[in-house]
Amino acid sequence: MTFILAIIVGLLYGAGTFMILRRSLVKVIFGLIFLGHAANLLIFTIGRLTKGSPAFIPIGAETLSEPYADPLPQALILTAIVIGFGVQAFAIILFKRAYQTVGTDDLDKMKSTDELQ
Amino acid sequence: MLLLWNKVNLHKYINLFSSIISLIISVIILSSTISNKIISLQIGSWAAPFGITIVSDLLSSVMVVITAIIGFSTALYSIGTIDSQREKYLYYPLLQFLLMGINGAFLTGDVFNLYVWFEVMLISSFVLLALGGRREQLEGAIKYVTLNLLSSAIFLAAVGILYGIAGTLNMADLARIIPLIEQKELLTVVSILFMVAFGVKAAIFPLFFWLPASYHTPPVAVSAIFAGLLTKVGVYALIRFFTTIFTHNIEFTHTILLVSATLTMLTGVLGAVAQNDFRKILSFHIISQIGYMILGLALFSPLAIAGAVFYIIHHIIVKTNLFFVSGVVKRLKGSYLLNEVGGVYKFYPIIGLLFLIPALSLAGIPPLSGFWAKFVVIKAGLELNQYFVVGVALLVGILTLFSMTKIWNEVFWKDDPTGNNRNINEVYQSLDKTKKLLIFIPIIFLALITIMIGFYAEPFFTFANNVAAQLLNPKEYINSVLGMR
Repeated sequence: MTFILAIIVGLLYGAGTFMILRRSLVKVIFGLIFLGHAANLLIFTIGRLTKGSPAFIPIGAETLSEPYADPLPQALILTAIVIGFGVQAFAIILFKRAYQTVGTDDLDKMKSTDELQ
Repeated sequence: MLLLWNKVNLHKYINLFSSIISLIISVIILSSTISNKIISLQIGSWAAPFGITIVSDLLSSVMVVITAIIGFSTALYSIGTIDSQREKYLYYPLLQFLLMGINGAFLTGDVFNLYVWFEVMLISSFVLLALGGRREQLEGAIKYVTLNLLSSAIFLAAVGILYGIAGTLNMADLARIIPLIEQKELLTVVSILFMVAFGVKAAIFPLFFWLPASYHTPPVAVSAIFAGLLTKVGVYALIRFFTTIFTHNIEFTHTILLVSATLTMLTGVLGAVAQNDFRKILSFHIISQIGYMILGLALFSPLAIAGAVFYIIHHIIVKTNLFFVSGVVKRLKGSYLLNEVGGVYKFYPIIGLLFLIPALSLAGIPPLSGFWAKFVVIKAGLELNQYFVVGVALLVGILTLFSMTKIWNEVFWKDDPTGNNRNINEVYQSLDKTKKLLIFIPIIFLALITIMIGFYAEPFFTFANNVAAQLLNPKEYINSVLGMR
């Protein structure tokens, strides 16, 4: 399981890096989303996977019984997903607005801010 | 400290009022940090390292005080300059969210919590940057958003790996555990990931390209607060991580920082020489000044880190003030382009003087604050026999002076290109007395602070030394957070 997830994380990073280097705005957005997901999965994988034993204390017991899944990476990912979702939604709207205002989705043509006046 | 009002009416006054309150609170925190050592607060009463901890040591508390000073100045300046369209679209609440994110990032004692505060800060800065929707704003915002999201993804991945190695994300706990960890190579990899992530936010070489592309596009009040505070959050995070946490392989990590700092100083200042836009010149100078701070961190001696801290304090105030002045010139003459303005000094010598104070301070002319900041960093460099780096730092100082002279010549000294020095833009004429006053109060306020740091450098320097001592000896920090006595 860890092995498969590691491969997927690698693939997501590869795809994200590839996409973010494109000139089209839409592809850049996809690249950012891929990179965000890759980071989330990375936290999940590296926080040590434990199959089928959630971190609940059984009824009547005082403490957790080993082995149990570490709940902290899951909490981290949950927060990261929520934040990522909000930020990505904002980025999509911003990119759409930029497309409408500038009239192109080619990043190479959006360089008025870097030109010398 | 968290200013969370969101009422739609009376934004201006609530904003101003809350800035004053936060200034008062932050000064109280600073004074109690100075007298009672480090304060820490366990949120939700979960004992560290399990819960989230808010820690205020000397560095954090002084950063919070400066944030409050800048927040207060910007609040005044915004009332004078921001148009009603932006005010309607929640400009002031966004400003407060930005300040909340920055304060949170300075005060948190937990790595993941730092990520969350970064995001709070970033999303409000995204909106502030894009608010208005002009073409160059949107183009600048795209570059800013993309690169910052990328750095957040790297930051997040680094947090994940760090948790995988160390099993904790509390900074104090990390500082305790990291010397005990066997996998030094993996730790170095993580520290480099953090360095890249914070490097993007601090705009160090070669990760700074979003800054000159975006900082000159929003209204001046926004540019000024960004220029003063946002990159410095990145620098703060670098200082915090590479003094308290990652000191296991100083030769490797701090050499990278040293090379990067040198190149940051050079590229920033050389980039500024080519520019013709008032605010773009200032933006490039932010980059070169960041180089000095990172240089202080990279040299890694108590004196050097004290220099870096001193530099941050001085730089935030001076840079914000320069942006404020650029806004006044724009209002007066209707342009930021150096070849389209001129003759300001003839009829408004006071504006010239108010520009000269932060500009000379930025270039490091004694006895203003920048001189002492540069002096300390360079002295630390000489003590460590880093002659090449010191040479570069001095050269950059001269080039900075050259750039500032260029602005002075073009904007204040030469005659107006239309031939009529009384040629005042109608925007300025239409401002009433109170608005003019609101624009000038923060500029004068910040200029006074600059002069004060310059002439009474001794207490500030002693303070910076204490900060450095505290940073280089994390024991006190660890004990305060983890409750060990």
